[in-house]
Amino acid sequence: MCGIVGLFLKDKALEPKLGAMLSEMLVSLSDRGPDSAGIAIYGAATGNEAKITVQSPTPDRDFRGLDADLAKAIGAPVSVAVKSTHAVIRTTPDKFDAAREVLQTLRPDIRIMGAGEAVEIYKEVGLPEAVVERFGVRAMTGTHGIGHTRMATESAVTTMGAHPFSTGADQCLVHNGSLSNHNNVRRELIRDGMTFETENDTEVAAAYLSNRMAHGKNLGEALEGTLSDLDGFFTFVVGTKNGFGVVRDPIACKPAVMAETDQYVAFGSEYRALTKLPGIDNARVWEPEPATVYFWEH
Amino acid sequence: MPATPISKAEREQGHATVFDLSQHSLRELNQALHKLTPGSNETAWEVLNPKGSHSVAVGVDQPVSIDVRGSVGYYCAGMNDGAAITVHGSAGPGVGENMMSGSIVIKGDASQYAGATGRGGLLVIEGNASSRCGISMKGIDIVVHGNIGHMSAFMAQSGNLVVLGDAGDALGDSIYEARLFVRGKVESLGADCIAKEMRPEHIELLQGLLDKAGVTGVKASEFKRYGSARKLYNFNIDNADAY
Repeated sequence: MCGIVGLFLKDKALEPKLGAMLSEMLVSLSDRGPDSAGIAIYGAATGNEAKITVQSPTPDRDFRGLDADLAKAIGAPVSVAVKSTHAVIRTTPDKFDAAREVLQTLRPDIRIMGAGEAVEIYKEVGLPEAVVERFGVRAMTGTHGIGHTRMATESAVTTMGAHPFSTGADQCLVHNGSLSNHNNVRRELIRDGMTFETENDTEVAAAYLSNRMAHGKNLGEALEGTLSDLDGFFTFVVGTKNGFGVVRDPIACKPAVMAETDQYVAFGSEYRALTKLPGIDNARVWEPEPATVYFWEH
Repeated sequence: MPATPISKAEREQGHATVFDLSQHSLRELNQALHKLTPGSNETAWEVLNPKGSHSVAVGVDQPVSIDVRGSVGYYCAGMNDGAAITVHGSAGPGVGENMMSGSIVIKGDASQYAGATGRGGLLVIEGNASSRCGISMKGIDIVVHGNIGHMSAFMAQSGNLVVLGDAGDALGDSIYEARLFVRGKVESLGADCIAKEMRPEHIELLQGLLDKAGVTGVKASEFKRYGSARKLYNFNIDNADAY
């Protein structure tokens, strides 16, 4: 099954509530997937800061002294904000690649959840309520975000197998469904230089989009490509630095509902996820068409 | 769409049994409806705050009226046998699945497989229905004011599907004896589904359905009829390519 949500704010006044709104949406879909949950929140990109969200199985050991060690290694100021098993590392944009690279040697056990100028990604095994509580997601501010609660079918229930999957700077994806040609597409993407952390089908979809965008396609064009190149069932919700997109496969058996008002565009696997949003009773509510790409950008 | 509010006076006049899903559980509602016996005085029910709940008013088998004020999730009014159920909002997947008799009216849109496997009764969708509307229908009548999505009436066995708007791809794929009436354009027909002549008896049947569904300002003569070419009923090696 799985439950997915997305929220793209048009009204700046709602930005301080993004984390709370997205958390409510995700928690309402808990019974669609109890295995793991995750959320990606996009804060406004300032242009003078790069963020890397990392996760560690032993946070006490790995995060202690990480700021000093990393600052010394890259020769630039670094801050580390620890949230449970995750930490957000901030540095200057010119040291972004260097920081990512040196992290592998400084702390071999930590995993990069996502990175970029705007995105922070938190995901863990457990129910949505436990996950949003653990990472203080309700208090987070942002412009847009996506979330997922997982009922695993294709690969193991682990932190790395949870969604959202991020395979490019400020890009991430959540998925309801299952892909049948992911092994083949993964092989093709590896040949084109993409790297993978898991055996998961959704990671292939995320990498496919990142790869297409790296080849100069915009989000809409990359999403369009999934319709011909990915085989299987999918409703995808995708986040980028400025935008938010949705696409469903042509069979469209995985549910999807969208709502739009002057204040926001929202996505939910079910209408239940949208019922607490402000002004929902007067929102335009519709089911996204099969094989049709929708995207919004700030 | 906003739920139509009911006035206090209207509520008192109608003597409706009001059931607020923000105060009581869904199970309490459905158990109360299942306990109804023939001749019960509780003939009018009103359900408040459904907020996308699943399985609202499933398995009702008494001729009561139920007004649901707001949008519902999966499987609303499934297996309905005799009740008149109105959803003043939109419905999630599988509304009216396997209805036996009675009526269901959706004031908004319906998601996929509305009226699936329905054996009788009338399902009216005043907005649009998405994919697989009337899949495997077995005697139900479905009237959709708007459009329907792809693979609608797949393997439809009997009953009538009336669409005032357009139909998506592969309408009536592998259809048996159901009748399909579409007023707008059909994106494509499925295997073994063909356009058929509208004879006087079909005009009469369709007019009756439009009247029953409260459709006005639309003439039966504006519709085209589609049904089975009856070539796939029994396996014939010459038709192997059509499967």
